[in-house]
Amino acid sequence: MAAVESGTCEGPAGMSAVKRLSHAAPLALRILAECPVSKARACVLTLPHGPVNTPVFMPVGTQGTMKGITVEQLEELGCQICLGNTYHLGMRPGPELIEKASGLHGFMNWRRNLLTDSGGFQMVSLVELSEVTEEGVMFRSPYDGKEILLTPEQSITIQNSLGSDIMMQLDDVVSSTVTGPRVEEAMHRSVRWLDRCIAANKNPDRQNLFAIIQGGLNADLRKACLDEMTKRDVPGFAVGGLSGGEEKDDFWKMVTLSTDHLPRGKPRYLMGVGYAVDLVVCVALGCDMFDCVFPTRTARFGSALVPWGSLQIKQKQYAKDFQPIDPDCQCATCKRHSRAYLHALFKSDTAAMHHITIHNISYQLTLMRSVRQSIIEQRFPEFVRSFMRRMFPSSEQYPSWAVDALASVNIALD
Amino acid sequence: MKLELSKVVQGCRLGLLTAIEQTAQHSLDVPGCLLFTHCATVPHLTQDTLHTLSNLPAVTQVTLNCLAEHHEVLEEFKEGVRKFAGLHDTALYCSLHDSATTNPAGHITNKTVSVWGSGGRMELTVAKFMALQAAIKPDFYQSMADGETWQANTSRKRVRKAVDRTLAHLDECLILHQKTQELKQAKIFGVVEGGNILEERVRSARETAKRPVAGFVLDGFQSAAMKQDLRSQLITAVTAELPQEKPRLLQGVGRPDEVIACVEVGVDLFEGFFPFQVTERGCALCFDCTVTTDPETAGTSPSTVLESNEERPVVEEPKENGDSCPENMTRFEMNLNDKRYREDLRPLVEGCSCYCCKNHTRAYIHHLLVTNELLAGVLLMLHNTAHYLRFFRALREALANDRLQDFKRRVLQ
Ligand SMILES: [Zn+2]
Ligand SMILES: [Zn+2]
Repeated sequence: MAAVESGTCEGPAGMSAVKRLSHAAPLALRILAECPVSKARACVLTLPHGPVNTPVFMPVGTQGTMKGITVEQLEELGCQICLGNTYHLGMRPGPELIEKASGLHGFMNWRRNLLTDSGGFQMVSLVELSEVTEEGVMFRSPYDGKEILLTPEQSITIQNSLGSDIMMQLDDVVSSTVTGPRVEEAMHRSVRWLDRCIAANKNPDRQNLFAIIQGGLNADLRKACLDEMTKRDVPGFAVGGLSGGEEKDDFWKMVTLSTDHLPRGKPRYLMGVGYAVDLVVCVALGCDMFDCVFPTRTARFGSALVPWGSLQIKQKQYAKDFQPIDPDCQCATCKRHSRAYLHALFKSDTAAMHHITIHNISYQLTLMRSVRQSIIEQRFPEFVRSFMRRMFPSSEQYPSWAVDALASVNIALD
Repeated sequence: MKLELSKVVQGCRLGLLTAIEQTAQHSLDVPGCLLFTHCATVPHLTQDTLHTLSNLPAVTQVTLNCLAEHHEVLEEFKEGVRKFAGLHDTALYCSLHDSATTNPAGHITNKTVSVWGSGGRMELTVAKFMALQAAIKPDFYQSMADGETWQANTSRKRVRKAVDRTLAHLDECLILHQKTQELKQAKIFGVVEGGNILEERVRSARETAKRPVAGFVLDGFQSAAMKQDLRSQLITAVTAELPQEKPRLLQGVGRPDEVIACVEVGVDLFEGFFPFQVTERGCALCFDCTVTTDPETAGTSPSTVLESNEERPVVEEPKENGDSCPENMTRFEMNLNDKRYREDLRPLVEGCSCYCCKNHTRAYIHHLLVTNELLAGVLLMLHNTAHYLRFFRALREALANDRLQDFKRRVLQ
């Protein structure tokens, strides 16, 4: 794999060798291989803090930390990019302090790439009584009760202070289960807010701004949004407004519609997706980047991800099970500890959670590396078939949406 | 097990504990401390993070209160806790209780002691206690003991009973120890009880010393239980009864000032729970434990301690208003919950080479505490362990170079 990749790139200066796709944007996407059957592709995405091999899963470090894992451990797991949440970090410790600490990279001492969200999603989902107007999102601070208005400009100002390699535009988030005129309004507003975000970016030479495709589950609105947004010269696109409890049949159709109309030369980020099956299917549909809190959150409850699903390590059945979580896993946890020991440790110390968190991040990143390798070696459809065979006890249990989605890109499951 | 004393200065014993386990790979400098764990894991730390620290103690302490509930599992596993926990390069000591927590009193009988695990109280007879040791397979362990005399106002009668029971338990443990194949390589430490009654302390020490034990555990001297003057007085009387060539491990004492005072009355080993307690209250050890280098000896002995800092770390002073100090906080630590560190971009301790200080700022630790993030415990535990181990190294160096008084002044200033 190493032979086909470009060398490490520590900063914008190192990118001169690769043609930039967006004028002056600090991002380059090199497509290494495309699946001849499906829409899957393997790329190297070069960002200011080094290369990112895609398809990539990005672990979420909400508060500028990865749930008890040190940055050194995260680096050792091979993580090339992780997320920080603008809403949380903007509240505590605040953009001023982070700027003083040389950005979020400096504050958390992370040398590789960072992506920050706009903060809008958290406001709408976490804060009661938030209200969206053309100006921005109005909400009440849960810390001091003050009314705060988050405008597209302010979101970008905070993200500029955080210094992330990829910033997300503020979008008008509507639950994916909402229908009617509100969805259309949100889509048009998201386009207008994208323009305001682009204009507000003080560091276009150092920080990439991604647009977020909205439009709910309505194909016409999605298409209209795609048409408008792809007219803008942004370095990358996200597919937003999904993964919020909608039917999976609707979900994958919106994903594949989006990738059909997104430019080939720019990265595609599917927001909030992180279950193994969803990742593999959506890679087949042409997505490059994913994030989700699930693998790290579920770890803290003792749920370890494995190629055949998950194990609940706290269950009694593992008390005397002296094998590692996954005998084939190469992570630090599986190389040293048994299910039985982790089961026992869960009763005594938080380190048990850290062990599972490490394993789960390793699982996600290893899965994506295997996906990528199979694309490069032109055997992605076979990879998908064996992945599904391992994940489900029998083909009768394959989720029908996944079967349909894969069939739509010519991958037939056996 | 062999204790080689290289120097005894004013009651302080400097030396090396060797042949701790059968393979004799490990040795432990005394005065020194053990590595504190929960279920064989240093709290908050994975093996990767733990091993960012160098010069870790060669002995890991495990406690029965954590392990008793896993008895059946360990019996089925057969290979002992070291292997069960994925530890490789360490000797293992097993104690009855976890000194970082206090247990409810009133559950001891003539034949049993109780430990508290995640599922509540477990009652142990000597037979059960020894069966557990056989499953745990430590290199050395504390004999079963009635240590319930640490509370103030314990009657003389109760103290006497505790001494008698503890000796009876020891005799029973020794008999079973001989018969237990799994413990053939293990050593047993006798427990000195006696509360705050001098005669009982002396009697307990004298009687225990008559038994074939490898070392001694001094129990019932917990920090909260008694003033250091009394503790020193009692330990002086106890150590006078103990053979020079066997190690003395003091339970329940970890504060740097108390550690020094106890070393001065002949204690060799301490448990390592103190850095954990500091971590749990969101604090970082920051006391000065440098030894001023004598110009004549400078460069002749390898310096294991920090160069003297220009700037002394800020030590908390209780404030009239503003953030209140965490309960039990000592003057050896700084409270990272305090708003004053919000924008402090310095490391916890200037010049500290631990992973936390090399990579992170006080402001970051403060942020992690404020947001309740798990990494706060990881980073503070790394620093506090590093600082505490540095304190013990500096203490030994001070003893080696006859600079104990100077060292003491620095630590206590
Ligand atoms: Zn693993
Ligand atoms: Zn440190």
